[in-house]
Amino acid sequence: MRAGMSAENTILSVEHLTMRFGGLAAIDDLSLAVPAGKITGVIGPNGAGKTTFFNCLTGFYKPTEGVVSLNHPTRGALRLADLPSHQVAHVAQVVRTFQNIRLFPKMTVLENLIVAQHNALQKASGFSLAGILGLPSYRKAEQQAVAKAVDWLTRLNLIDKADTPAGALPYGTQRRVEIARALCVDPLLLCLDEPAAGLNPRESGELNELLLRLVADAKLTILLIEHDMSVVMNVSDHICVLNYGRKIAEGTPKQIQNDPNVIKAYLGEEDADELLHAEVSA
Amino acid sequence: MSPLVFANNAPTLAERCKDAAGIALIALLLGIPMIGLTTADQGGSLQVLTRWPLLGAFVAAAFCGRLALRYGLDMLKQRRQTRDREAAARPGKRGVRSIRILELTGWLAFGIALVLPILFSDNRYVVDTATTVLIYVMLGWGLNVVVGLAGLLDLGHAAFYAVGAYAYALLSTQFGWGFWTALPVAGLTAAVFGLALGWPSLRLRGDYLAIVTLGFGEIIRVVLTNWTDLSGGPNGISSIPRPTFFGLPFVPSSDTGTFASFFGLEFSPMHRIIFLYYVILLLSLLTNVLVKRLRRLPIGRAWEAMREDEIACKALGMNITNVKLSAFALGAMLGGVAGVFFAARQGFISPESFTFNESAIILAIVVLGGMGSQLGVVLASVVLVLLPELGRDFAEYRMLLFGAAMILIMVWRPGGILSHREPTLRHQPAGEQA
Repeated sequence: MRAGMSAENTILSVEHLTMRFGGLAAIDDLSLAVPAGKITGVIGPNGAGKTTFFNCLTGFYKPTEGVVSLNHPTRGALRLADLPSHQVAHVAQVVRTFQNIRLFPKMTVLENLIVAQHNALQKASGFSLAGILGLPSYRKAEQQAVAKAVDWLTRLNLIDKADTPAGALPYGTQRRVEIARALCVDPLLLCLDEPAAGLNPRESGELNELLLRLVADAKLTILLIEHDMSVVMNVSDHICVLNYGRKIAEGTPKQIQNDPNVIKAYLGEEDADELLHAEVSA
Repeated sequence: MSPLVFANNAPTLAERCKDAAGIALIALLLGIPMIGLTTADQGGSLQVLTRWPLLGAFVAAAFCGRLALRYGLDMLKQRRQTRDREAAARPGKRGVRSIRILELTGWLAFGIALVLPILFSDNRYVVDTATTVLIYVMLGWGLNVVVGLAGLLDLGHAAFYAVGAYAYALLSTQFGWGFWTALPVAGLTAAVFGLALGWPSLRLRGDYLAIVTLGFGEIIRVVLTNWTDLSGGPNGISSIPRPTFFGLPFVPSSDTGTFASFFGLEFSPMHRIIFLYYVILLLSLLTNVLVKRLRRLPIGRAWEAMREDEIACKALGMNITNVKLSAFALGAMLGGVAGVFFAARQGFISPESFTFNESAIILAIVVLGGMGSQLGVVLASVVLVLLPELGRDFAEYRMLLFGAAMILIMVWRPGGILSHREPTLRHQPAGEQA
């Protein structure tokens, strides 16, 4: 456990977060500190509240109780739940991807990445006035935006797909495009919701490398929901396990793998039959 | 029963005959009571007669017809498959060619629009119809921003058309404003109404938004019908001043000089018709340039992104409220400007001109043309205005033909006449990618 971690190293602190839908507590009194510049995995059985947790972080839900606070290097501590939902990405620089890919399918990959830079470009276009007149200041801003998009596309090995409509790409490639698009928003904290879902073993191996490279090169923090244990266990520095909205364990991958609570949550009670079943399917 | 025949493994002659024989058998069974047997009045009593030769001819026709139909369909299918295969083999090339053709068609349409009143300077009917087409083009381009780009289903576009028309009618008859000064004010008024519609319906999408916009359109029409003090009620507003040529009116004689006397021409009522035509041509060209430019700007891309996925836009930090309201306001403003022109051209407006029917036609133009396609709107406007005109000879079957034509177009091209979407910017120039 990293209880002694100092406040400067924590980019996101979640305290007593609760999200209730009627009588159901999808998240129940969750507290978590996400270390900066690391990959934190969030795992748990289906319905454990992982995606609800992301929705609370990124402004899609307003939490019933609790505080989610982002330690922004220049803007200080930001309470994410108090920001209008679009400012979570724009001001707090917390950007997410979706479990079921949400690209703009008819627009090309490059356009998808340019849309991600909307706020900066909209400002540069003088809220369309300078843009309509085609002023050089806007043209320069657009060129910079394209350069940034091309840079990420090159780094993610997508550059030859730049002019293809995003919806026409294979599933695994769409996942990468969605990550590239999120990166164009300049995230401090990148929340990936099951990025390896639907990827084949080779692709998820590439995803591992990509995530490790991003943390090393781009100085960002990644929060990762994932079912694919080959991804979570290999890339996470720190793992938090949820079950029925509660945190049941937290620690390094090794600690999590040996935690009796986690084994119980995933495999049920220590029943000889079920353990046998788990061994067979593993 | 006749076996299903697939085109990709071309059926043999025997298979074709078997298929046709099945159809002929059905024809025979149906034909016996319908053709083979007939009744005739013979000396007061009814007798059953047989017509075997006619039945034979009918069955033979069914057999041959089926052979020909099947063969024709198979040929078509095969040709389409070969074409698709070829297109898949070199996607870039075909894309470039189709873009070139589109561009060329656009310029051609522009050229025709420019010289049309000169070619038909003595034919009032042609110029008038062309002016109507251009009004719909402009309305279509306005609605295209809302429906085609931003993906907000708006069934009440005629409301903004009405707001623009009434704003000009009131400003000119009550305050003596001229056409060109009233134009931007009426446009802005319509934009404000666009915001008034957009604000309460921000959270709605698709069908629900359609219902709200439908209601909004009806509210405007009902208010105009009943608020007699303001709008003249069902009687409307008449003697709206016509636009002048920089202060020169199009009348036979006037103390301050007329268009005809200033240029030393003989007075002709066609001058005004042609002038009006060029005014709406100018307005729609401005609209076209504006919308085309906006589409390539961040706001235009935001509209399209919102159409594709609103939640993803939010996750990327886009302020959906602003994006939506700007689409509503711009669409409404363009509709309002078209309304101003309409009022100035007619000289008389009443709520009758702004019924739901009008909204439906404008929406049909956008959908038929291909959502988001500028040139598609032009083609669809031409089709939708000209079809009822050409159908006048068919009298009561006119609307039937109109409906059938629309169904055929949608069957032939489900995405609209032009469904091609050109990216707003490219990494590599078109056609260079493999």
